[in-house]
Amino acid sequence: MDSFFSMFLNDYYIQVLTMLGIYLIGALGLNLITGVTGQLSFGHAAFLSIGAYTSAILSIKLQMPFALAILAGGLMAGLWGVLLGYPTLRLTGDYLGIATLGFGEIVRVVFLNMTITGGALGLAGIPRSATLTVVLFIVILTVWAMVRLENSRFGRSLVAIREDEIAAEAMGVNITTTKITAFAIGTFLAGISGGLYAHLIQYLNPSDFGFIKSFEFLTFIVLGGLGSIPGVILGTSVLTLAPEFLRFIADYRMMVYGLLMVFMMIVRPRGLLGGVQLSRIFSKKKAQQTGTSASGGAN
Amino acid sequence: MLLEVNNLHVSYGAIRALKGVSCQVGEGEIVALIGANGAGKTTTLRTISGLIRPQEGTITYKGKPITKMPPHDIVSLGICQVPEGRRVFTRMTVLENLEMGAYTRKDSANVKTDIQKVFQRFPRLEERKTQLAGTLSGGEQQMLAMGRALMSKPTVLLMDEPSMGLAPMLVQEIFAIIQEINQAGTTILLVEQNAHMALSVANRAYVLETGEVVLSGPANELADNPEVQKAYLGE
Repeated sequence: MDSFFSMFLNDYYIQVLTMLGIYLIGALGLNLITGVTGQLSFGHAAFLSIGAYTSAILSIKLQMPFALAILAGGLMAGLWGVLLGYPTLRLTGDYLGIATLGFGEIVRVVFLNMTITGGALGLAGIPRSATLTVVLFIVILTVWAMVRLENSRFGRSLVAIREDEIAAEAMGVNITTTKITAFAIGTFLAGISGGLYAHLIQYLNPSDFGFIKSFEFLTFIVLGGLGSIPGVILGTSVLTLAPEFLRFIADYRMMVYGLLMVFMMIVRPRGLLGGVQLSRIFSKKKAQQTGTSASGGAN
Repeated sequence: MLLEVNNLHVSYGAIRALKGVSCQVGEGEIVALIGANGAGKTTTLRTISGLIRPQEGTITYKGKPITKMPPHDIVSLGICQVPEGRRVFTRMTVLENLEMGAYTRKDSANVKTDIQKVFQRFPRLEERKTQLAGTLSGGEQQMLAMGRALMSKPTVLLMDEPSMGLAPMLVQEIFAIIQEINQAGTTILLVEQNAHMALSVANRAYVLETGEVVLSGPANELADNPEVQKAYLGE
């Protein structure tokens, strides 16, 4: 299938699209935590780096098969998600944001000082196994899983927590367990994303996973619309592809980002596709259909 | 007694909100807790729900202690709260709100028929079932909050200030529905500032003042009590 893609796209576009797919997986993970469940996380890049380093080291030192190494990276990130989530998810809003920000910095500094990660020199020689086909497959799987999750009983309880924690608790939702589960899934996806990143770029450096990267993921989901899967796809695509096509103004990128965010908050505070949910679109269509048939009967 | 609260002490930091509240709710009753702002009515209700932990005292339900149970287990036992200020999930549809009410239930097959029952009781909710709950009026939101709580099939319904912020006509309607729900077999513990309405539907009532029960008895007797009339009924 990779040869199929290369019939239409040159290597540069394939690289860009693969990167977009990798970011999408991570962004969908953050969307579950921040967009759907409403828990602010400023440390998403840390979980990407945990997945990236774990899978890269397993690939290089143990020659582990690619799929297993990626999965192990995801699980490791998810495990740290639970370890961080357990004490911090009792915090809300800004406090949680600061705790996750701190965690992100700790992880970066730890990777900078470990020998196995190559420290500041970085980790090189990772096999290039993340092809567009593989990434596309995982993206489709992730989107499918997220749509299923959105419509499940568990997904509803996440939205309920975002909307009103006390009411959710009064309806019988176990707040702590539910939040930690969401955090585990979201950070697991970040780990998968990081592992794929490592196996695409073939080189890792702790400075690639700083606060700026976490912030970038937040802008992906905020621009698209928090909690909306089509929104996450749109936001991530726009913000990943635009810099590639606007390389001539690369120096002003952060400035444009900033302006874009300010503009968005004024014009569409809930994001480009804020509040758009696949399930709602379908259920509304159904309701309209039954509505018209009912009124037809009345006539 | 179905629900027994014994010598409940609750503090918020240095502030002592409850100083030994005791009350009982029998099966099939409507019991009202009345009192002024800060008397401890809501605190009592939230402690029963498990949302607040008491420093002292016990709560038993069907003879079993539930004092240390987490809120979600208490809901599963059949004690559900209609919270103060309604607290509907504003960016969820009416239907999704009702489905959230059935969160603890395992018999998902019956949930659909129960949603229909809620719609029969509150026809206005059916008209608005695909609307976001945040777009409903105050009265409709109160109905939704009640419908949502009923979806958990509660044995005891705890209602916190159902009349808050509603027009007098709507208050009448809401209280008529409370009586209907009770006649259909649900025990109700009601917290109200609107003592007049509360005493008119309740079987028994407790009067709370600064964290203590100062009076209790059958609702009609309390309504005739000169002290209650003076302090809470404005007569």
